[in-house]
Amino acid sequence: MKIPLSWLKDFIDLDGLSVEDVARKLTLAGMEVDEILYVGLSMPEYKDGEKHEFKTNGIGWDKEKLVVAEIRQVNPHPNADKLTLLDLYDGEQDQVVLTGAPNIFHLKGAGKLEKPVKVAYAKEGTTLYDGHAEGQVLMTLKRAKIRGVDSYSMVCSEKELGITDESDGIIILDDDAPVGMPLSDYMGDAVLDISILPNMGRNANVVGIARELAAMLGRELKKPDTKVAVSGQSVKELLEIEITTPEMNPRFVAGLIRNVELKPSPYQIQRRLKLAGIRPISNVVDATNYAMIEYGEPLHAFDYDVLKKRAGDKKIKITTRTAKDGEKLTTLDGNERKLTANNVLVCDEKGSLSLSGVMGGAESEVTDSTKNILLEGAAWNFINIRRTAQQHNLPSEASFRFSRGVHPALAEGGVRLGLKYMAEWAGGAVAPDLVDEYPLPPKDAVVDVTVTDVKRWLGIDLTLDQIAELLSRLEFKSEVLSDKVRVTSPNHRMDIGEGVVGVADVLEEVARSYGYDNIPTTTMADALPPQVGNPVHEWEEHLRDLLVALGLQEVVTYRMTSPERESRVAKHDEYVRLANPITPEKSVLRRSLVASVFDSLEKNIRYAESFSFFEIGPIFEPVKNDLPKEPHKLVIVMTGLREATAWDVKEPPTMDFFDLKGRIELMLGGLRLSDVSYTATESYSYLHPGKAAEVKVSGQVIGAFGELHPLVKEQYELGDSSVLVAEFDLGTLRAMTPTYEIKSIPDTPPIYEDIALIVDESVLAETVEALIRQTGGRSVTDVRLFDLYRDEKIGAGKKSLAYALTYQAEDKTMTDAEAAAIRKKIVKRLEREVGAVLRS
Amino acid sequence: MQDKLNEIEKTALASLASVSDPAAVEAWRVANLGRSSELMGVFSGLGKLSKEERPVIGQAANRVKVALEAALEEKAAEVKKAALEKSLAEEKLDVTLPGRTTHIGRLHPSTQQLRRVLDILAEMGFQVYTSREVETDEYNFQLLNFPPHHPARDMQDTLFVEAENRGDNPIIMRTHTSPGQIHAMRHFAATNPQDPPPIRIALPGMCFRYEQITVRSEVQFNQVEGLAVGKNITFADLKGTLTDFVRRMFGENTRLRFRASYFPFTEPSAEVDVECFVCGGEGCQVCKNAGWLEILGCGMVHPNVLMNGGYDPKVYSGYAWGMGPERQLMLRNKVGDIRYFWGNDVRFLEQF
Repeated sequence: MKIPLSWLKDFIDLDGLSVEDVARKLTLAGMEVDEILYVGLSMPEYKDGEKHEFKTNGIGWDKEKLVVAEIRQVNPHPNADKLTLLDLYDGEQDQVVLTGAPNIFHLKGAGKLEKPVKVAYAKEGTTLYDGHAEGQVLMTLKRAKIRGVDSYSMVCSEKELGITDESDGIIILDDDAPVGMPLSDYMGDAVLDISILPNMGRNANVVGIARELAAMLGRELKKPDTKVAVSGQSVKELLEIEITTPEMNPRFVAGLIRNVELKPSPYQIQRRLKLAGIRPISNVVDATNYAMIEYGEPLHAFDYDVLKKRAGDKKIKITTRTAKDGEKLTTLDGNERKLTANNVLVCDEKGSLSLSGVMGGAESEVTDSTKNILLEGAAWNFINIRRTAQQHNLPSEASFRFSRGVHPALAEGGVRLGLKYMAEWAGGAVAPDLVDEYPLPPKDAVVDVTVTDVKRWLGIDLTLDQIAELLSRLEFKSEVLSDKVRVTSPNHRMDIGEGVVGVADVLEEVARSYGYDNIPTTTMADALPPQVGNPVHEWEEHLRDLLVALGLQEVVTYRMTSPERESRVAKHDEYVRLANPITPEKSVLRRSLVASVFDSLEKNIRYAESFSFFEIGPIFEPVKNDLPKEPHKLVIVMTGLREATAWDVKEPPTMDFFDLKGRIELMLGGLRLSDVSYTATESYSYLHPGKAAEVKVSGQVIGAFGELHPLVKEQYELGDSSVLVAEFDLGTLRAMTPTYEIKSIPDTPPIYEDIALIVDESVLAETVEALIRQTGGRSVTDVRLFDLYRDEKIGAGKKSLAYALTYQAEDKTMTDAEAAAIRKKIVKRLEREVGAVLRS
Repeated sequence: MQDKLNEIEKTALASLASVSDPAAVEAWRVANLGRSSELMGVFSGLGKLSKEERPVIGQAANRVKVALEAALEEKAAEVKKAALEKSLAEEKLDVTLPGRTTHIGRLHPSTQQLRRVLDILAEMGFQVYTSREVETDEYNFQLLNFPPHHPARDMQDTLFVEAENRGDNPIIMRTHTSPGQIHAMRHFAATNPQDPPPIRIALPGMCFRYEQITVRSEVQFNQVEGLAVGKNITFADLKGTLTDFVRRMFGENTRLRFRASYFPFTEPSAEVDVECFVCGGEGCQVCKNAGWLEILGCGMVHPNVLMNGGYDPKVYSGYAWGMGPERQLMLRNKVGDIRYFWGNDVRFLEQF
């Protein structure tokens, strides 16, 4: 909400405080000032190294160079039809000023003006915004010749002074503007853009902000004066009100003003409204908006004569009720609205007049020919207003306030203030009395607060008197009893609860009033709970570290995807589907991490020569009309060069199945898992059927990996290299028991020996190694395949496997003869079981 | 014979002077001290000499041998040194050529930042507690004191999951990690319902909002919350804890300020700003010239939330705070586009 400082000053004395001081007080008390916009008041100049506090914008007006002046005569320009020359007095001397402003054009050639026109005059050398440039561009007025006439100064528009972004003419000031006065003294301002928190609806107005400031500064709040002279027949004789659902409409107040004259509001009023972000319309409409911004009660003006006519000149009866499903109302924006039973309407006996609290109806709205006005100020159920405004997509200043809760007590003062401003700006006579139907006044919250409450919740020591004083600043009624303060919430706020909740609500007010920055910072004295850690989280973090150590880059992808995107890897029928996705691309929750990681890989494929990605995170398995399962998965994807290229290294080979398998072996080793086995598998549709393996630990499947199926790879643009992918279920993997025992380093010397064996292609490497280890027993401490070889000499359908063996005895030095004996046993066993032949 | 030895010595030493490389040194050794050298010939001819001559000549020959060996040693060292100097002078690398690298692994920047946060919290006694990402309205809102249709819900635009017959308790994507507060409190309260134990936990995890994906807004983001509940926990403790945390996180001289705010699940509520750590408060693009950065939201746990968690607000109090690791990184490392995080562009990831 934008609040001009000048408006705030109507209600609180801010002498001795800078704009920043005011903004700081408000910000710390919960009314965050997002930006200060200077519109005339001088801007702070920060020296080098000086700390800033607020985002600032705008322009200050030079006191010497920008003054109030009066135009005494408008003369034609000798060489240009669209320009005029103004005879102007700036309080010190006469000036001739050239302008193209259209809103002064009608006075051209009218001779000496009977009533001089007051304007904002900028002398030579003034810095202001360029009125002709796009956006806000600063410029300095320089002497120039325009169409043969000397020009050195100007009469300003709102855009040039930074009051609005656009303007179509010069500012015409109010008649009482004092000629010669510096413009910044007359109407220099600064606008505070304040965020209104959902529980501070009471402060969405100038008085509300002034009240908070008064409390924080310990100064007095000047309450608005709503007194106005009345005449004519009492409105009570002309109108009655019936409220059918008080919980939706606790109060309805109406007043009447007769014989208004519609015209523009005084300039100062228009200026304040514009700075507050409200477009001036006419004095009558402006009065309702001005009163709302000032006081917080949204008002609605009806054309009284329309209502009177609809009532057939009889006494008007206003009824508020809920709408019937399907009922229609044309709102004043010209749209016909189809209503539902939760919408509340203001009606007369002929039918609906307005969608209450949200928008008026077209028929009874104020028009140029309106003479008599019935002014409504009411209270509505805030939740209902919020739903209605959302339902009809009608956010408005009124619904903004009503949906945050406007206290019903404001209705009366609001109507009086609105009528008073109408009378001031549009003439007319306010009718005596108000019609005030108030079936459901809210109960003011009463809360008892003790010294212990304050100590226990806030950590500060305050006496009952201190508590009472802090709260009374915010207009709470505080009664100090023997052991507590009995607090009654003031009649402008609805955010204080009852009981234990009310205590917390009041404690927040004590804290705000005391100042959050005055509360000490203490070290917790409360007992430290048992420190048990989080084994699941810690295990996953450990796994991440392992994978990073293996050279893998972690990625984190979107949980949302589309079935189409995932179907490139695997099709699923059931998904957790979003009811309101931000885009069809993100309409469901992923069933697999594989597709998400491929998406990342595909986007990156041009930017590097090698990729080793992993992601750890949940997938979402739907459960009908209930919460889905969220198992955590690990996916690894690798493709590209095995090693980094360098200037003297020819292109290294690309990664294949065994690069991935090596990482998996190291990962499982790092997790201290033994009894791991790998079995060829064809049951993963996205994997190459000949280059895929299932991984088991102690016989239990924990995941699978392999080369991406060529048909799946075709679906992506992933380059020429093989793409390797692995997927593990972390729940299953984590459940596997690690075995971890540090072996001592033997003192005895090892014997190293290589053997090469020729076997049939069909014999698995795993089988050969297992036989070697079984036969060698404890004497063979390491078996490592170092060569796989095929050629014609060996024969078709055969392969040579070369192993490096380490023989070692635990307690003595093994002799060559002993090693040879073991080897002989191994070779014999291999001959017997897999038909192996020792190569010599 | 004596003259011959003198001659041998003289000739040998003279020829040594012109020796300048290791091969010539070896050749000289063979020629002058080798088995078939003249000097060795003298030694092997000693037997033929008379008894009287033998020791005299033997002694003299030995002296020559020692002298030549010493000269050889000196020369060899000299030649070796010269050769080394020569090779050191010649073997010059272009040290500006790039080194041979390898592919290294990294954690995603969000994980890195989450760890920084969680490590500090762990030291302060806050242990990790995680909970599900798809939630019920009840846990995400109602139990946290957001009644249905409450205006505070406007602060958190929600993604809904398709489900039927859920009434006022639809299934949604969690908008914050706070449902974990209820899960955790209920979990701990269940261990001893008569006298629930104190809680000090950190709740990290992915959260979701109905937000278009732009430079500044994302549909998913991480959050970390801290929650402390006990019989003796105050707003002053909250200030103390967060002051410690922020100084560990952003530097020991970081200034911070607490300003009043509103969250439905805390009362009183506060927003914590830290002095911009990019410009030190002098105003820059990162803080939009405001000098302060909004870094976390916090407050005393609302009595309704304590009650919903199984903790009696008349006996227990607590505080909670929440913050965004991606936002912290964006501020700290001037990341200009929030979409980088889930875009996983290697050119971004490599920089962390």
